[in-house]
Amino acid sequence: MYDFDYQRPSSMPEVKKALATSTDAMPLAGGQTLIPTLKQRLRKPAVLVDLQGLRGFNEVQSVGDKIVIGAMATHATVAASPILRKRLPALAALAGGIGDPHVRNRGTIGGSIANADPAADYPAAVVALNADVVTDRRTVTGDAFFKGLFETSLEQGELITSVHVKLPEKAAYAKFPNPASRFALVGVFVAKFKDGVRVAVTGAGPTVFRVKTMEEALAKSFAAAALDGIAVPASGLNSDLHAAADYRAHLIGVMAKRAVAACS
Amino acid sequence: MNHVANPTGIGASVKRVEDLRFVRGKGRYTDDIRLHGETHAYIIRSPHAHAKIAKIDTSRAAAAAGVVMVITAADLAKLGGLPCGWLIHSKDGSPMKEPKHPVLAEGKVRHVGDSVAVVVAETLAAARDAAELIEVDYEPLPAVIDMSKAAAGPALHEASPNNQCFDWHIGDEAAVKDAFAKAAHVTKLELINNRLAPNAIEPRAYIADFIQATGETTLYTSNQNPHVIRLLAGAFVFQMPEHKLRVIAPDVGGGFGSKIYHYAEEAIVIWAAGQIGRPVRWTSDRSEAFISDAQGRDHKTVVELALDKDGKFIGLRADTLANVGAYLSTFASVVPTILHATLLAGNYTTPAIYCNVKAIFTNTVPVDAYRGAGRPEATYLLERVIDLAAIETKRDPAELRRINFIAPSQFPYQTPVALQYDTGNYGRTLDMALAAAKYKDFPTRRAEAKARGKLRGIGIANYIEACGIAPSAVAGALGGRAGGYESGAIRVNPTGSVTVMTGSHSHGQGHETTFAQIVSDKLGIPFDQVDVVHGDTARTPFGMGTYGSRSIAVGGSALIKAMDKIIAKGKQIAAHLLEVSDQDVVFENGAFTVAGTDRKKTIGEVAFQAYVPHNFPHDKLEPGLEEQAFYDPKNFTFPAGTYICEVEIDPDTGVTKVVDFTAADDFGRIINPMIVEGQVQGGLAQGIGQALLEHCIYGADGQLLTGSFMDYAMPRADDLPMFKISTTDTPTPCTHNPLGVKGCGEAGAIGSPVALINAVVNALSEFGVKHIDMPATPQAVWRAIQTAKSKT
Repeated sequence: MYDFDYQRPSSMPEVKKALATSTDAMPLAGGQTLIPTLKQRLRKPAVLVDLQGLRGFNEVQSVGDKIVIGAMATHATVAASPILRKRLPALAALAGGIGDPHVRNRGTIGGSIANADPAADYPAAVVALNADVVTDRRTVTGDAFFKGLFETSLEQGELITSVHVKLPEKAAYAKFPNPASRFALVGVFVAKFKDGVRVAVTGAGPTVFRVKTMEEALAKSFAAAALDGIAVPASGLNSDLHAAADYRAHLIGVMAKRAVAACS
Repeated sequence: MNHVANPTGIGASVKRVEDLRFVRGKGRYTDDIRLHGETHAYIIRSPHAHAKIAKIDTSRAAAAAGVVMVITAADLAKLGGLPCGWLIHSKDGSPMKEPKHPVLAEGKVRHVGDSVAVVVAETLAAARDAAELIEVDYEPLPAVIDMSKAAAGPALHEASPNNQCFDWHIGDEAAVKDAFAKAAHVTKLELINNRLAPNAIEPRAYIADFIQATGETTLYTSNQNPHVIRLLAGAFVFQMPEHKLRVIAPDVGGGFGSKIYHYAEEAIVIWAAGQIGRPVRWTSDRSEAFISDAQGRDHKTVVELALDKDGKFIGLRADTLANVGAYLSTFASVVPTILHATLLAGNYTTPAIYCNVKAIFTNTVPVDAYRGAGRPEATYLLERVIDLAAIETKRDPAELRRINFIAPSQFPYQTPVALQYDTGNYGRTLDMALAAAKYKDFPTRRAEAKARGKLRGIGIANYIEACGIAPSAVAGALGGRAGGYESGAIRVNPTGSVTVMTGSHSHGQGHETTFAQIVSDKLGIPFDQVDVVHGDTARTPFGMGTYGSRSIAVGGSALIKAMDKIIAKGKQIAAHLLEVSDQDVVFENGAFTVAGTDRKKTIGEVAFQAYVPHNFPHDKLEPGLEEQAFYDPKNFTFPAGTYICEVEIDPDTGVTKVVDFTAADDFGRIINPMIVEGQVQGGLAQGIGQALLEHCIYGADGQLLTGSFMDYAMPRADDLPMFKISTTDTPTPCTHNPLGVKGCGEAGAIGSPVALINAVVNALSEFGVKHIDMPATPQAVWRAIQTAKSKT
């Protein structure tokens, strides 16, 4: 990696101040993407602002009818959270299926969704649950947060502080892992709320997206069979050496059915 | 050999002594070694698959902070190329095209990752920084990637205008033609053997240390055969006499063949250390390993099998394109020829066999031996075409194989493709495997899986392996440029402990345990009194190292020969001490005994007299008790066995799960069943990796698309079933070496890929799928199902 300055502030105001010192300042959460990128000399930040010194941003709490997850909560923390395991086991299971133990003990929910990797797992949950992404400036709905490939609605220097999740009646995540990386080749998160069903797909396109035809069918009948005959078009889906677009389109149907079946 | 039960002798599952340091993180690998005043080398590698180098400007890098020197090909004009160890002749009698494999690219780069220049600096970071200041003007050329189109592409090497290295053949073409003319059935299959990246857990690492006072260089290298490296580097690249170069291969974290070869980076650190008079180190990172470690397999074959009306194989023809990559690596030429086509008789009596192999240069990383080396490719094509023949002629695949087996009474058996098998009992391992796999009950399991929506398949494969390339004279006649022997020295120390010095090398095989067991068994001394020294040219006799499952069969036999000399001398010393004639002394249970009496001298007492020779037969013997032997095998050894794989396929996703795997191997005599089982497990994991997951894929422009573990899928524990492995049964000991051993290191990787693919095809039989190429990824399996469905 190239040389850079390193700061590890312990409060949010200090973090903001550090990030403002340079236009090439970068926040570092769990580092599961940024550190390998630095090692490959693909990024050259002037200042790396390590967020691990912050306190109070890594907990999972019940607040009213929502669950609030601190942005610095690691995947391992989310996976092991007694609150989530009881009230939203689909999200705990999703976190428990990310990467390997090393990744889960370093990577954070805030880092993952801010990075918006097209094959990351969390975006499917954030969109399917329409979670509120709370930043140091505002609240963005799950639907509005992800904009494209590695692109979110976050502004320069804006930091995610927590994710607020509304509890569905039922939810499940079904992931088809890339045989090599074990990122999601296709991951489908299905959430059934009182007022409707949301189906969000990660891994298959440039960014997470919802499948309205499936949502409508499941709103009428929340059963895997309700998805019979619903095809997701392959156009616009990712195509690479692991999966061509038509295979990904097919897997969306299979994984959606499996997620619905797992909800019951 | 004594046969008193010895808890640390031959046949005992002694725990591996080397694991005490490995599992505690105390191994001492090359990269763990730190030398005073050392410098760091960083290699500038080609981003192009094929390009002319118009100009290299190193001036800014040379002037950068911390830089000690910058090296390009122009600096290395006096060095020879990296040699190839086996000369193959084409069928027209011409020698293979053997273009120079320069240490650094000379005017042209020929694969992505080809080494172009080197920065040596005070730190690795300084070297990397300076490397970015080197300006290389490339003039890109079209890349030659597809072997079948290579002849039409631009020539990689002037010496080979059509990009063909050789066009070799073996067998009786006319006899095969006759066989096919009278065949009742012919099965034809076109297949690939997918290219693999070796991915040893320890990447390659080298340190060279030049001592100005003596003019000696020491090379520390993560390598499988230090004496061979000293010979190749010293005699061919540097013209440096042996006594000026010491090569040490300390703990090595896996080789799988990829660390047999002499690599450019070894030559670079040796040369640079000599120039600057300081140690120079280089350690590959994983990304570099993908574009600079020799890769494996990469064959494209059309195979045809002729059967008579009874199902007897009467002829086999194989036409193979073998990718050798951009340059000939050390053993690139022998792998697709001598180590491949000579195995095409398999376990069967096929009387007429012909194989043509064309080796092709492409703009890819050099291809060389990788666990199994030619034999997995032979086993794959043979056992695939047999399976397809069973389908086409509606025969049980186990029975079709059985009726074609070479019978136990036919040994020694001369195949039509040069090899003479000394012994075997293929029906026995087939029976063992069928029983362990509960083959007869498979239809019940298939029906049960069907009820769960899964497609269950079973696949059988037999394999035969030729281990320990030998004898040397035959290897030489076939083009080998090295011997096939191994060395061993036994030093009985004055207090009775034993130091074993072997030319073989252990990088995961467990020699420090198994070689000590052989000595403990033969000399009757406690296992913990035996120390095994390997991996250092200054401490071991000249030897050929470890590859091709040869260590126990060849290196172990050398130890037996050396111990025979120890015992012979010991008898004379003991006879002197006991005041009897030599003929009256027998050696058993670690003591020299006067036959028929209880009068004896232990080996420790004899050794003490040998080194403190106050009462010693000086008129007949020299003092000391140390003997050395070189063992040149009389023949290859021929491990064989039967593997049965059972899979379940999820038709919705195409995912193949290996649900059961049975291995019945005949390795001859077993020294340590636990270690042998571990070797088989590791081999099976690699074979399953090849069949289901692993694939080096190059784009048409020659970029490696699977250049990291993000895209190159390695097998993980949860990809594997619990294996059923039979290693304690020894149907047929080897007939021609003193231990009766055959070798076990590669078998798992040889027999398993085809058993798995046969199982996948069997699972897909309801769709009429006849073949699927490796790796059978979920997408490939799903697509095979879709294609088959669309045809019906």
